[in-house]
Amino acid sequence: MLALQGDVREHDRALQAVGARTVHVRRVDDLDGLDGLVLPGGESTTISRLLDVFELREPLRCAVRGGLPVYGSCAGMILLADTVLDGRADQQGIGGLDVVVRRNAFGRQVDSFEADLAFTGVGDVHAVFIRAPWVESTGEGVQVLAAVGAEHPAAGRVVAVRQGPVLATSFHPELTGDHRVHGLFVRLVKEARG
Amino acid sequence: MPTDDATTPVLGTDRVKRGMAEMLKGGVIMDVVDAEQARIAEEAGAVAVMALERIPADIRRDGGVSRMSDPDMIEGIKSVVSVPVMAKARIGHFVEAQVLQAIGVDYVDESEVLTPADYAHHIDKRPFTVPFVCGATDLGEALRRISEGAAMIRSKGEAGTGDVSQATRHIRTILGEIRRLTVMDEAELFDAAKLMAAPIDLVRETAELGRLPVVLFTAGGVATPADAAMMMQLGTDGVFIGSGIFKSGDPARRARACVEATAYFTDAERIAKVSRGLGEAMVGIAADSLGAGDLLADRGW
Repeated sequence: MLALQGDVREHDRALQAVGARTVHVRRVDDLDGLDGLVLPGGESTTISRLLDVFELREPLRCAVRGGLPVYGSCAGMILLADTVLDGRADQQGIGGLDVVVRRNAFGRQVDSFEADLAFTGVGDVHAVFIRAPWVESTGEGVQVLAAVGAEHPAAGRVVAVRQGPVLATSFHPELTGDHRVHGLFVRLVKEARG
Repeated sequence: MPTDDATTPVLGTDRVKRGMAEMLKGGVIMDVVDAEQARIAEEAGAVAVMALERIPADIRRDGGVSRMSDPDMIEGIKSVVSVPVMAKARIGHFVEAQVLQAIGVDYVDESEVLTPADYAHHIDKRPFTVPFVCGATDLGEALRRISEGAAMIRSKGEAGTGDVSQATRHIRTILGEIRRLTVMDEAELFDAAKLMAAPIDLVRETAELGRLPVVLFTAGGVATPADAAMMMQLGTDGVFIGSGIFKSGDPARRARACVEATAYFTDAERIAKVSRGLGEAMVGIAADSLGAGDLLADRGW
């Protein structure tokens, strides 16, 4: 768990519920021996700044490029995206996911919502979107796992993707008590370990 | 509880409102009075900004009736930052809250820093789509606010003083009362609910969780990186800094230092490093030198 800021506790609980052991990453040394990394929900501009202050950005970039399985929810998705729209001009992430992501794409907090989605490989999930981003476009090798249902004005917008061992969702499965998306990530981690 | 069986999108559920506060954990929310300050706060790594016309230290100095900020001023701040923008409504002033929701603020602070509009009732926050944060001085007050629909709680502290002692008292009181609930049996929980004038279901939920059912931040008097880290070590989820930053000598630097100290609150060496050369802290007023009529924390019921 990247534990600089955000809903670390909720991801911890979800991961532990699917049998993972979690440690908190705050320093470069904490990255040693990890099988996978979760980037929590939070404020992406804040996490991005703290990545620089605590000199974690380059080590994380290297780790993701080197094939470390990573899952990012909401702010985590923004950090993983190679291109971010509507972010601060100086906002830099970690990258590794060949997608274009739009920040706060659904609107402000008053537009935040819950909805049911069909999630490839998981089934129907109840998703919580909070000032959420969406995926504007995907590169080759990126698999779309879920999109917004027909009932929402933003129907069809992509909200869950996977590229190899990198998984990202616009929404927050850690807030619902349904741990199947975290279960999927743990399966990706096990696959990567072989 | 939010509907789990909804097939159409639902706005403004408890989960969406409380979840928004979960995303702010480990962060600093800063008071700002104009676009320039908002930019400084965002650049420093604030997780959100609180837009208001006068910071609490000036409200305290100027006296008079203090109200919701001009929507133009709030819009001005919303247009320059991408982090969430919060704004304050007077206690009980549900129309100010409706206005803030209409202009799309991300969180409403029903705040004792403004002059109360109702000396008996708080806003019924449940019908709103926008989430609310409310101040509390003890657990009963926190749970009463949650029962009215607050999705986040903060200590009241004593805003605009730069004296952290009242915030410490409120946070220690709330967390201490929660710890005591966790060892009570059912009969004792009923009695505790009666004594603290809070709904039994929320008392029971808090006892089971061992924490509030919503995020708890510290507010009121936090002025230094060490203040912020102390509040995190006491067990709060994040901090509000009001007058402490923009009433100090070097706001940008102090803002960055407070963000870092909040993220790395157990690392004394880092807190020492960011505390160096910050320039003058806000002058401050000792909270115990204030007369009873000047204490903002006494507002709210």
